[in-house]
Order: sequence, then C-alpha cells, then structure tokens
Amino acid sequence: MTAATRPEIVGYEPPAASGHRVAETITRFRPVVIAIIVLVIFGITTIRNSSFASSSSIQGILSVGAIYVLLAVGETMVIITRNVDLSVGSTLGLSAFTVGEMFNHDPHTSMVLIFLAGIGVGAGCGAIIGLITTLARVPSLVVTLAGLYIIRGLVNIIGSGVQIEPSVIPHGFISIGYSTILGIPWLFVIVVAVALLATAWMIAFPAGRELYAIGSNPDAAVLAGIPVTLRVFTVFVISGALAGLGGVLFLAQVATVNSTAGTGYELIVITAVVVGGVAIFGGSGTVIGAVLGAVLLQVINQALVAAGITAFWNSAIAGALLLAAISFDRLVAVRASRAMLAKEGVTYAK
Amino acid sequence: MPSEAARVSPAPPHRAMGMLRWEAALVLVLIAVVVFGTAESSAFFSTTTIFFGGLDIGQVAIMAMPMTLIVITGEIDLSVGAMLGLGATMFGYAFAHGTGVAGAMIIALAVGAAGGALNGFLVTRLGLPSIAVTIGTLTMFRGIAEVILGANEVSGYPTSLTTVGFAPIFAHLAYPFFFFLVLALVYGVILHKTPVGRSLYAIGLNKEAAFFSGIRVNRTKLILYITSGVVCAATGIVYALQNDSSIYTAGSGLELNVVAVVLFGGVSIFGGRGTIFGVVLAAIIVGLSQVAFTLINISSEEQQIVFGVLLLLSVLVPNGAEGYRRARARLRRFRQPKLARGVT
Repeated sequence: MTAATRPEIVGYEPPAASGHRVAETITRFRPVVIAIIVLVIFGITTIRNSSFASSSSIQGILSVGAIYVLLAVGETMVIITRNVDLSVGSTLGLSAFTVGEMFNHDPHTSMVLIFLAGIGVGAGCGAIIGLITTLARVPSLVVTLAGLYIIRGLVNIIGSGVQIEPSVIPHGFISIGYSTILGIPWLFVIVVAVALLATAWMIAFPAGRELYAIGSNPDAAVLAGIPVTLRVFTVFVISGALAGLGGVLFLAQVATVNSTAGTGYELIVITAVVVGGVAIFGGSGTVIGAVLGAVLLQVINQALVAAGITAFWNSAIAGALLLAAISFDRLVAVRASRAMLAKEGVTYAK
Repeated sequence: MPSEAARVSPAPPHRAMGMLRWEAALVLVLIAVVVFGTAESSAFFSTTTIFFGGLDIGQVAIMAMPMTLIVITGEIDLSVGAMLGLGATMFGYAFAHGTGVAGAMIIALAVGAAGGALNGFLVTRLGLPSIAVTIGTLTMFRGIAEVILGANEVSGYPTSLTTVGFAPIFAHLAYPFFFFLVLALVYGVILHKTPVGRSLYAIGLNKEAAFFSGIRVNRTKLILYITSGVVCAATGIVYALQNDSSIYTAGSGLELNVVAVVLFGGVSIFGGRGTIFGVVLAAIIVGLSQVAFTLINISSEEQQIVFGVLLLLSVLVPNGAEGYRRARARLRRFRQPKLARGVT
C-alpha cells in the first residue's frame, strides 16, 4: 500500500518587511494608535481648558460613552461575521421601556430580576432576528432594518400613555448610573468587564475564532465544518442581549425613558466600530479597537465643548474621521498587496 | 451583508417570472390597502386621501428613484436623508443671504452634486465599501448642515412657491408626489429602455463581467452617486418650500425609509434585480396605508410595525418562492427514469 507522493516543503522563508512597515504597523496596532489619538486630543483640550482633565469630566466621558461602548462590542461580533445589526437602538429602547414598566408596577422589584428581564428582552429580539437571518438566508441588513421598525413600533405601543417617572425608580438602581468605584463609574466597570469577556472569547476560544473565518469567507467556513448557522445566530443573540443590558443601564443613567430612547444609536455604533478598525465586510477587527473607537467619538464630543469650539462640529468631525479611517485602511491594503506582488516579480504597466 | 452563495441566481426566465409575481403581489397589496381603508373609514375613499398620501410619502418617494438605480448596481447610498438636510440648509442659508430663490436653488443643487461626487469618488476611485462610505458622509453632511445653520431656522420663502406644501396640482395631486411621478417616468425610461439602464443590471449581477464587456463600471457608478446627490438636494429644496422652513435636522433618519421602500418594491439588496414600477407601487402603498392608519387613529410611530413586517415579507416571500421552485426542480429531476437521466 503506497501513499500518493506529495511534494515536500523543504523550507520557506517569509518575505522580509519592506518600506510600508510603518503603515502596516499602524494598521496592525490600530487600538494603540486610537488610544494615542485619544490621549493627544485629551492633552490639547486640557491645555486650552484645564478643567477638562478633572476627574468629573473624565467620569462624564466614561459613563456617557459606556452605553455606546457596550453596543459596539455586540456590533463588532456581528460585523466580523459579515453581517450587520441595525436593530440595536430599537432593542435598547424596548429593554429600557420594559424595565421601566416593571418599576412602574412594583418599585421594589429585585435588581437581579430587572437585569435578567432587560437582557432577556434583548436576547429574545436578537434570537428572532438571528433565526430569520440564518434559516431564511436573507441579508441581515434587511432583516435588522425591519427589526428596527418593528421593535420601535412595539416600544411606541407599550409606551403610549405610559409615563415612567424618576420617582418610581429606586435610588439603589439609579446609583448604578452615577456612583463610582475607585473613581471609575460603575457603568463603565460593567461595560469594560463585558468587553474583556468578549475579547477573551474572540481570541482564545475556537468558537470566537470561527467568527473571523465566517467573515473572511462564509462558503469556505461551511466547507471547513464550522457551524456557520449556529455561530451567526449566537452573535445576533449576544448583540441583542448587550443592547438589552444597554437598555437597563440607559434607564439607570437617565432615570426616565420615552419611546424615542436609543433612536439613531445604530449608525453611531457602526461608525465607532468601523473607526475602531473592524472591516465592514467582516473577517478582521478587534473588540478592543471598537471600544476605543467609541471612546474616541465620545472624547471628541466632550473635547469640542470643553475647548470652547461649538458642539455643532461634532458630527462633521465624526463623519470625516470614519471616511479617513476607511480610506487609510484601503490605501495600506493596496500598498501591501502591491509590495507582495512586486516581490513575486509582478510589475505594473504605467 | 451579501454572501457570495446568495448571488448565484437561477436561469433568467425564472427570475423574470419571479419579478412579475412580486409586482403582481404589490398590486394585490395595494388593492387590499384600498379595501381596508374604505372599510375602516368613510373618509378614506376621497380625493383628500390622494393629496395627503402623496404629500406624506413624496420626499421619500423622490429619493427612492436614484436609490433604486444605485441598489440595482449592488451599492447603497445611506447619505440621502442627510443630503436632503444639507440641501435644505444650503437653500435656506443662501436665500437668507440674499441670493434670491433661483440663486439659492443653484447653490443647493451644486452642493448636492459635490456631495454625490464625494461619495462616488470614495466608492469608485478608492474602492471603499459604499455602506461604510455613505454612513460616514451621512454623519458628515448632517454635521456640515449643523455647522452652517446651527439652531437657526430660515423661513419666509415666497408664498408663490410655498404652495407646494398645501395646494394641489392637477386637481388632487400633491406637488411633491407630482415631482415624484415625473421623476419616476424619467428614471423608468432610463432604466428599462436604454442601454445605460441595461448596463446597470449587468453591473449589479457581475461587476467583473460587466467591466470586461466594455461597460464603464466606475464612471457609471460615479454618475449615479452625483445624480443621487442632486436629486436629494432638490428634495431638500422641496422640503424647505413645503414647510416654509429650513432646519439642519430636515430629513433625519429618512435614509432607512428610502431603503425600505426600494426593497419593498422588489429591488434585490444584492443588485441586479428590480423595476421602477415596483418601487412606484411600493411608494403608493406606503403613502396610502399611512393615511388609512392615521384615519383609524394608529399613530405614525405604531405604523412602523406594519412597515417593518412588509419589509420583512419583501425578502422572505421571494426567497421562499425560489426555494420552493428549486426543491420542485430537484424533485422532478429525481423522478426522471434512470435511462433518460443517463442520456442527458
């Protein structure tokens, strides 16, 4: 019995890094670069307005940004599998309203129950969206767009004629929104814990790694035996659950909720995720990058106010930042592939 | 986001039949909406319904036209609502600075063309994904409008022009809806009766094949984005005149409504499929059902559920039908005698 002879690989020398090393490094260490940008903006603003570096202002940034960061974690997972979740803002609203209603009926509802209910509502929305997307094989863009409308409609039906007054919400619950531990807002501690769990899952666990494979090439992932349907379903449930948790934290933060809560969050979150280096067509990016992207947007937002520049510039800058980030990624990718081809002797006709 | 597997399409005759069925289904939905509205409210079957239905959906319907062509080429433009806002803002800003109405219109349209060109440049020259680009320009256009107008409002447009907001044209049609019908005619002819229109389907079905058969893919897409910018800025002018007001938040969030109408009209999100007729039907259905629901006291916020369900059905039904056809074809092949299968 003779096995078919295979050409043996004797040796392989990886090509040496070349002139585009700087650009490549910037892409690979995107989170570090964003962190530096955040610090630079912070420094400049502090020079212009010394009160910006105060602990209360930093706490403000961290706690207001916390909810966007939370949604960005779920959105990152979804986008890495080459899907998108536009329903997160509506899901956040539904969860916030449900939880508010529970307090309306009984202001002494246990905290555990509140968190479970919020997360459960979100996970339920995510599960339905995930089921439709995976079983009916329809694009998630359309399903989650429909989800955005349907869930927002539900919020309006539940919310019509209902007032959720700050007075019915127990003090202990609201304190999650503003109290701090070692100077860090609780809100941010919860969110960072979630982000770290997600990072660990996506770095160290096969199921998390498989998300990248699915996003890089869905068909190849199927052929490689990855349970694509299950994984995609799972990320939609996670994204929904995090949006549900976001709803609970939203209520804790503002202590009142109306039916427009979370409207328009989806596009802000996607902006943060893409600025953070997650490729919109999946397959690459990190949770840490997305988290820093969300923090960056929030810092810019606050810095404009602190530096005395009108806050009107906020979205113009956010938009320009997104365009700059994706353009830069693209240019680096083009240069890298050209350099690789040039090494193999491929030249371009001028 | 599209998976490559989903792009594999069945033989052309099937697709044509599938689309015919989708538009037939839309006609049935339209009839159902009219019957429902008439049964629920005596005020529905009247000329006021035509007027207000058209007024409600007018702006979204107008912007759905350029969006249809862009989606057919397999791209998307999420910056339409923000461009409406920027158009309304520029129009108001120029008007307030004494350029006169005509001058203000030209400035607004020029800004629309420039914004569209920016989208087109980033998508075609840098090869960036249009969904990410237009989310970026959405935020940026809205931001620029905010910088220009801030919390200010411009109003006091000539009353001869603000009639577009309350007076009908041709007896009962609202002006915005009339503009939409004219635009639909133009876009319908371009898409279905000219080589350019045919080339859009080719680009949407297979960009590389279209390129190698001599279609200027990038230039076509660039032109589509520029016209989209111009049309959306023009919609901004309509907004400003219709409400006699220019504010920077004009048209916030409309991009998703526009996409929803286009998809509900049977245009495939993967590109290569869809008709102007379908989108026109979808716009009319949405406009009329908004009037019907408002008459029976369902708030516009609650109507979003119906809108979402329709959108969901618009992808589930054709998908289900195609799955059924494929399953039947497989069954038929299986039932053929072995000999015949061997011969073919």
